[in-house]
Amino acid sequence: MYDADQNRTERKVGQKDIKITARDVQVYYGTNHAIKDVSVEIEDKTVTAFIGPSGCGKSTFLRCLNRMNDTIDICRVEGNIAIDGEDIYDRRVDPVQLRAKVGMVFQKPNPFPKSIYDNVAYGPKIHGLAKNKSELDDIVERALRRGAIWDEVKDRLQAPGTGLSGGQQQRLCIARAVATEPEVLLMDEPCSALDPIATGQVEELIDELKQNYSVVIVTHSMQQAARVSQKTAFFHLGNLVEYDDTEKIFTNPQDSRTESYITGRIG
Amino acid sequence: MTTLAFALLFVLACTGYVMNRRAAQAIWADGTRLHSLSNFHGLYSLLLVVIPIFVLIILWLLLAPFVINAITVASLPADVMSEASSGQAQLILAEISSIAGGRVFGDPEPWKIDAANRLVFLNEASSYALVAAVVVLGAALAYFARQRVSAEFRARQRVETMVSGLMIFCATVAIFTTIGIIAALVFETWKFFSMVPFTEFLFGLNWEPQIPIREGQIAGAGAFGWLPVILGTLVITAVALIVAVPTGLMSAIYLNEFAPKSVRSVVKPFLEILAGVPTVVYGFFAILVVAPAIRSFGQSIGLDVSPNTALAAGSVMGVMLIPFISSFADDALSAVPNALREGSLAMGATRGEMMTTVLFPAAIPGIVGGVLLAVSRAIGETMIVVMAAGLIAKMTINPLDSVTTVTVQIVTLLIGDTSFDNPKTLAAFALGLMLFLVTLLINVFALRIVRKYREAYD
Repeated sequence: MYDADQNRTERKVGQKDIKITARDVQVYYGTNHAIKDVSVEIEDKTVTAFIGPSGCGKSTFLRCLNRMNDTIDICRVEGNIAIDGEDIYDRRVDPVQLRAKVGMVFQKPNPFPKSIYDNVAYGPKIHGLAKNKSELDDIVERALRRGAIWDEVKDRLQAPGTGLSGGQQQRLCIARAVATEPEVLLMDEPCSALDPIATGQVEELIDELKQNYSVVIVTHSMQQAARVSQKTAFFHLGNLVEYDDTEKIFTNPQDSRTESYITGRIG
Repeated sequence: MTTLAFALLFVLACTGYVMNRRAAQAIWADGTRLHSLSNFHGLYSLLLVVIPIFVLIILWLLLAPFVINAITVASLPADVMSEASSGQAQLILAEISSIAGGRVFGDPEPWKIDAANRLVFLNEASSYALVAAVVVLGAALAYFARQRVSAEFRARQRVETMVSGLMIFCATVAIFTTIGIIAALVFETWKFFSMVPFTEFLFGLNWEPQIPIREGQIAGAGAFGWLPVILGTLVITAVALIVAVPTGLMSAIYLNEFAPKSVRSVVKPFLEILAGVPTVVYGFFAILVVAPAIRSFGQSIGLDVSPNTALAAGSVMGVMLIPFISSFADDALSAVPNALREGSLAMGATRGEMMTTVLFPAAIPGIVGGVLLAVSRAIGETMIVVMAAGLIAKMTINPLDSVTTVTVQIVTLLIGDTSFDNPKTLAAFALGLMLFLVTLLINVFALRIVRKYREAYD
């Protein structure tokens, strides 16, 4: 293993750190080749958007980053994915610990059938992050504040999380994900089940989160990608077609397929 | 003749269907738009014929014997019936009908033979009348249905009304049957409590129901306290649940969440086979394998074990309940949305943590419901305990002792020499009613628990 810290100091001039490096990643579902030769470098403290038509593999690739694909029997991942220079598919890496470091928010809000407090305290509890009740209270409050939902729920922390509205549930799930202090936050179409107002709230929240985390967001909405992200990757049929600054992708795409997609001709 | 009636009904209904369908198709072929498809016109005729005539045949078959008997009795010589008690009247009627059936014993009086001839005549007349009624009424209904075929006639709505009526009838059959069963139980239990005081039954600590039913028969003095019997049921149920609940839950959790597909595809059918084993086979297993094994093991470590222990009957009953609980828990776990599994795993939970902290709490209502239904089944289970449990009621909670159960007592009270004006026989109905009430209470309780947890978790 090489020294990640030293590597970081060397790169720290002029540009942001590289948080995740993927090299020649291949994903197979049985015999179906879902991701082909994807190589990408994702920066720290940046929002990176994955766009592309349905079935292009963007969610599959996202799920490689915290090894959620391990839970699917027929799924096979090849190639190299490293976070802070450490290969996450190495045999010595425990996916359970990896997932504590790489949080994830899903398409549909999925609060556990527990109280709001217990939802947020779930991660800290299973990872033993709090020594006592008051520390746990602090962690929960901090996470809910970061999830921009504290003011709405502070008086009813013992109410069931499933009783909140859709947008509140999604922000609760974001708060739950940040409660374990992850370094990377993966978001799989986090706004597709939300109305425009809730979407706006979540987008605002994503913008704030990038100060602390590397955020990777999969989205179907190109406007959303343009609004929240600094870097954009366009996937098509399992290939990473183009990856660049968001501004450049939307104003001056290099690949004709990217241009067709963002102007609405394929998708 | 009844077969002929049903055959005619079938023919009439089919004819009505075909006639109406053809008529409707003819209208359609003329270029008129039909309100209902021709098929519905046919079905309208079919149902209109079948439903009332079917009811008519059934009612006729049920009621005709009463009417015929009444006519026969009324035509008997006046002095015979006025002297006879109700029992003797029944006997006379039975003799007449056996003569009518051709079974003549001894030398019956001439008025009995007259009556028997009249009975034969009435029976034949009744079946001819039935066939005639079926033909006339069926043809009339089919004709009526045929007359109504027109472009505007709303045959589809009529058919839907009739079919939904049929469905309502089927849905209420179970309810009315249950009410009938309860009524019969309550009626017999009422008779029992007029012979044995209610308090003795409810609080008595002795159960010795084998009292004499004839003069001079050697039997017990009689004691009807149900507590030792229900205690035996509870001991066996407890043993069964101690075996079944942990095993069933663990197997469900393993199969649902941890087992590879190949293991699941083998184990699951085996569990289903276990669910299909007749309880009498479990009874064999308990009495021939488990009970002797427990006994010899107990003796080898110096315990006094009776030959038919509660432990043997209960543990085999537990094995019977394993697939029941397992499949309930499996369904409950499968019903938990996949999003919760992924959410938990994505937080860095292990599979075990996911199971204990998220899946299990979310599945609790279904699991508790399943367990309580298993309790009801254990309490009502009969065959295993009839074969493997004891017959003597004892106030004990020692599972190594021999106990009896409510169901075993009901069976033993109702076989052999019985008469229905005797507390020994009627006690079976009282026990049955209590059993019914206990399982009803458990089921109500189960539903309440399920509802309470559902409120907290959804």
